[in-house]
Amino acid sequence: MRTGDRLLRIYVWLVLAWLFAPIIVMIVFGFNDTRSKSNVSWQGFTLAWWGRLDEFPLLTAAVLDSITIALLVTVIATVLGTLMGIALGRHRFRGQAATNLVMFAAISSPELVMGASLLSLFVSMGVETGYWTIVVAHVLFAVSFVAVTVRARVVGLDRSVEEAARDLGATPWVTFWRVTLPMILPGVVAGALLAFALSIDDFVITQFTSGSTTTFPLWIYGAVRIGVPPQVNILGTLIFAAGAAIAVVNSINARRRT
Amino acid sequence: MRRLTPYLLILPGGLWLAVFLVVPMVFMASVSTQEGDVVNGFAQTFAFSNYTDALARYQTQFLRSAGYGLAGTVLAVLLAYPVAYWIAFRGGARKSTYLLLVLLPFFVSFVLRTVSWKFLLADDGMLLGPLKSAGLLAADFHVLQTTTAVIGGLVYNYLPFMILPIYVSLERVDPSVVEAARDLYASRAGAFTRVVLPLSLPGIFAGVLMTFVPMTSDYVNAAILGGPANTMIGNIIQTEYLVNNDYPVGAALSFTLMAVMLAGIFAYARVLGTENVLEAAAR
Repeated sequence: MRTGDRLLRIYVWLVLAWLFAPIIVMIVFGFNDTRSKSNVSWQGFTLAWWGRLDEFPLLTAAVLDSITIALLVTVIATVLGTLMGIALGRHRFRGQAATNLVMFAAISSPELVMGASLLSLFVSMGVETGYWTIVVAHVLFAVSFVAVTVRARVVGLDRSVEEAARDLGATPWVTFWRVTLPMILPGVVAGALLAFALSIDDFVITQFTSGSTTTFPLWIYGAVRIGVPPQVNILGTLIFAAGAAIAVVNSINARRRT
Repeated sequence: MRRLTPYLLILPGGLWLAVFLVVPMVFMASVSTQEGDVVNGFAQTFAFSNYTDALARYQTQFLRSAGYGLAGTVLAVLLAYPVAYWIAFRGGARKSTYLLLVLLPFFVSFVLRTVSWKFLLADDGMLLGPLKSAGLLAADFHVLQTTTAVIGGLVYNYLPFMILPIYVSLERVDPSVVEAARDLYASRAGAFTRVVLPLSLPGIFAGVLMTFVPMTSDYVNAAILGGPANTMIGNIIQTEYLVNNDYPVGAALSFTLMAVMLAGIFAYARVLGTENVLEAAAR
């Protein structure tokens, strides 16, 4: 290996170390035997916090809200986004360019502006913000990502398989469920995972549309000034472990298919 | 019936986007020229002075945000390019593993990662504490509440969004094109600057688009890692909306921010075509 390549590889690993540094800190400090409110310096190893995960009822409620919101958002955005992705990838129709443009706007608009405009709408209409307005807002940004992911899969599809199904007497409905959907499923699953990850991590739009409801990221943000308890580290670690496990399995499956 | 199919498929998602993306923008435009307060209600008076007042009052924060966004984006390009290059050309069979490593941090909430940095960089924290007690740093040396901390946080949080699109464009570069350049007596540097770099420009454009907008409108990094001298326009908008309940001023600021951003986005989309950008965004 040339010196340049070797230096480049060291550089890549340094960047990766930088990306992971705060995550390692998060994981390690979930085991910190801290006495003070601020969990900043290492005091020794303990497993005590794992037994006291639900010490803060509001934190527990926030985590549960985050999870249920993300699940609802995943279901709604995946259904709506998959239909859109099929339409955009398969059909040519009037309004296609406009749809692409709006989706593009939804993906690239600053979250801050989306949150501010949604709150303007809710305030003007006298809608009280809370759990359901968060769901509405999350579906809004997730649906375009699902649609784009599914569209990419649909575009690469071999249409002759569906034609064969129809020639063999399958109705359009049966063709969709038994032929089209199984073929685009990897795209749908990827879109659903993306929707879940975007929703559970979202902060900015959530803060604008949450009212008195608190999600996990909102709770942490609120706790920064008073001190973040080790339970947050553990909950963050658990979410990270679950997400990482799914991503790794998904990537291994994807490699096996190709 | 067959001709109706695409419209029926688009309808539910399209309606959602129309009702909750397009309509709110109209409402925000309306709110931005209203006057009043949260107790007595707001009335539409077409007070365009909201814009001039808000811009006059917060031009410092606007310019600062643009500066931070620009600096962050440039740094992100410089940091991301070699990573994307190495994964695309030297990653070999483990390309997807490296990409996975770049993406894994996203499974920790953005806020939690930023809070972790705050602890790492604290005045007596894990990094500065030992250096200070060893006498290598002055006792009053600090990173938090500085411009460096905020821009560093921005680059940290959005770097993967720069690595991915650049990687996608580099991955498409056919290695035989580079070989051809070398066979035609291009130097290594020449083959890079005249062949590889131009072919990866769409990726850089897409990456800039995906990072400049969220960096410039960010307020979480400035709130957690910065100090009073680092307030960005996002912090102002957030305060006007959620603390002061001064919706007209908040709306006028958001609208101005969005107008500036949209102008930039459309210029980019013109250059690239919306489908390309969307594809890059999807990966």
